[in-house]
Amino acid sequence: MSTTTVGGPPGTGADRTKRWYRARRSLQGVSFVLPNFLGFGLLTLGPVVALFYISFTNWNVFGKAKWIGLDNFTRLFGDAGFHRALLNTLYYSAFHIPLTLAVSLGLALLLNRKLRGVAFFRTAAFFPYVTSIVAIAIAWNLLFSRDAGPINQILGLVGVDDPPGWTASSDWAMPAVIIVGVWREMGYYMLLFLAGLQTVPPELHEAARIDGANAWARFRNVTLPCLRPTTFFVTVMLTIGSFKVFDLILVMTNGGPGQSTLVLSQYIYQKGLVENRFGYASAISVVLFALCMLVTVVQFAVNRRRNA
Amino acid sequence: MATLDTRADRRSPGIGRVVGYVVLALAAAGLLLPFFWMVSSSLKTDNAVFASPVTWLPDVPQWGNYLEIWRISDMLTWLKNTVFLSVVVTLLQLLTGSFAAYGFAKARFPGRNLLFLVYIGTIAVPWQAYMIPQFIMMSEVGLTNTPWSIIALQAFGAFGVFLMRQYYLTIPDELCEAARVDGLSEYGIYFRIMLPLSVPALASLALLTFVTTWNDYLGPLIYLRDPDLWTIQLGLKSFVSEYNAEHALIMTGSVLSVVPIAVVFLLGQKYFVQGVATSGLKG
Repeated sequence: MSTTTVGGPPGTGADRTKRWYRARRSLQGVSFVLPNFLGFGLLTLGPVVALFYISFTNWNVFGKAKWIGLDNFTRLFGDAGFHRALLNTLYYSAFHIPLTLAVSLGLALLLNRKLRGVAFFRTAAFFPYVTSIVAIAIAWNLLFSRDAGPINQILGLVGVDDPPGWTASSDWAMPAVIIVGVWREMGYYMLLFLAGLQTVPPELHEAARIDGANAWARFRNVTLPCLRPTTFFVTVMLTIGSFKVFDLILVMTNGGPGQSTLVLSQYIYQKGLVENRFGYASAISVVLFALCMLVTVVQFAVNRRRNA
Repeated sequence: MATLDTRADRRSPGIGRVVGYVVLALAAAGLLLPFFWMVSSSLKTDNAVFASPVTWLPDVPQWGNYLEIWRISDMLTWLKNTVFLSVVVTLLQLLTGSFAAYGFAKARFPGRNLLFLVYIGTIAVPWQAYMIPQFIMMSEVGLTNTPWSIIALQAFGAFGVFLMRQYYLTIPDELCEAARVDGLSEYGIYFRIMLPLSVPALASLALLTFVTTWNDYLGPLIYLRDPDLWTIQLGLKSFVSEYNAEHALIMTGSVLSVVPIAVVFLLGQKYFVQGVATSGLKG
């Protein structure tokens, strides 16, 4: 990819033509990327870099950015709201990631067979993912209503005498949000797993079957290893998705009751865009950023070791 | 759809199949019941929404809800704003995204791979992490509280470049090479060969972008303060706060916000599935 030409005395006509040709091709290549890169660099890359600078400053709308070193970060250590948001984010992720993974993989395995209605089901499963969070959050909120909500009525029918208050209760609000989160996203990840399952060679299954491996053994020793690239991708995407959860919570519970469903993204929004404390909000953003990077890097490392 | 277990199914036509169907039926019910309830509640009276025991169908469908909501809310403005944003963002994404993707997949220039890595890297950075600096920047140039903020925000995403590049990689290089030999310029190759060949991928990207922009809540929440600029998501949320006791009308509004997406989704279902599958493959 280097533009210098090797061999041939410099300055000859043929060489100059060649160099000119290459330079022109490079320029053309760059011209393709440029329009998108201008927007991307200015609106994504720039802010990502600026984030780190702002996190070391004290800055609100009226003042100027004032460098205060690590003050924002030391203050975070003692901020109970931040602790709560961090723990809640981890709580959401700890359930949302494995549950979505298990359900979407299970459904994909089920759909990867010749059953009638599979096409219909694939569509149905994907539908929650494309519909707006606001509309589904509103619908689920009503479904979860404490007294005459359909979900508690159904729970009553199957013998639950004291059904949870769901979004009105500080213990049950997070589980309610997690349920809706899994419900919404499982179809998307199911499609990814279905695509991954297409790459599993049928001959391997056939061979394992001839060797007398039962369904579980075939799943463990053939399907899962072949699915590893998909599982890896899904896990990374799910993790990032869980860490940044926001809209769903904002509309369903607005972080409440109390702070029982307050998450990091919402805390950033609260501090930065409601209270206009840009520096402090950026420090929280850096923590969120670091969390995502850390998990992604660890997952990459684990994935690489498994593949080796 | 390839089938892996056809033979096993043939050997035991009974139990496995039945269990499979039962699980599928239950899962389908679980997935669709909230939507069903949403639609049925939108046709009820407010009191009937929380009737005990649950009524799954309205006694007398209240079609009037669907007239009433246009009268008491700015539904039309919200829908118009949302359509405008979604269409413009989608067009820009398609244009700049596929153009850049061609550069990353087929053109050669120094630093290409490193730059692409930067693109990929930012996909792993949640938007919430850099929304503050972005907001400061947008307010500096006076774009906040205009539709252009949302357009700028959404139109240059790395995801579109990634998706289109994945697709272009599946087109053999020999095709471009042959065109070059025939004297077609790089732009000619892009417009006359790549673009027509990538219609399915463009359709996938268009649908995914349209749906994402339509459903976005946080972006408009931050940038669009003026009620005249609100999208359907913002409008719906404010409607819920204002009419919080009128459950049936709230569901009517929710249905109206979902219907356009449902139509788009059902029409382009195939491309959605393809787009998602492509984005999940290793590149």
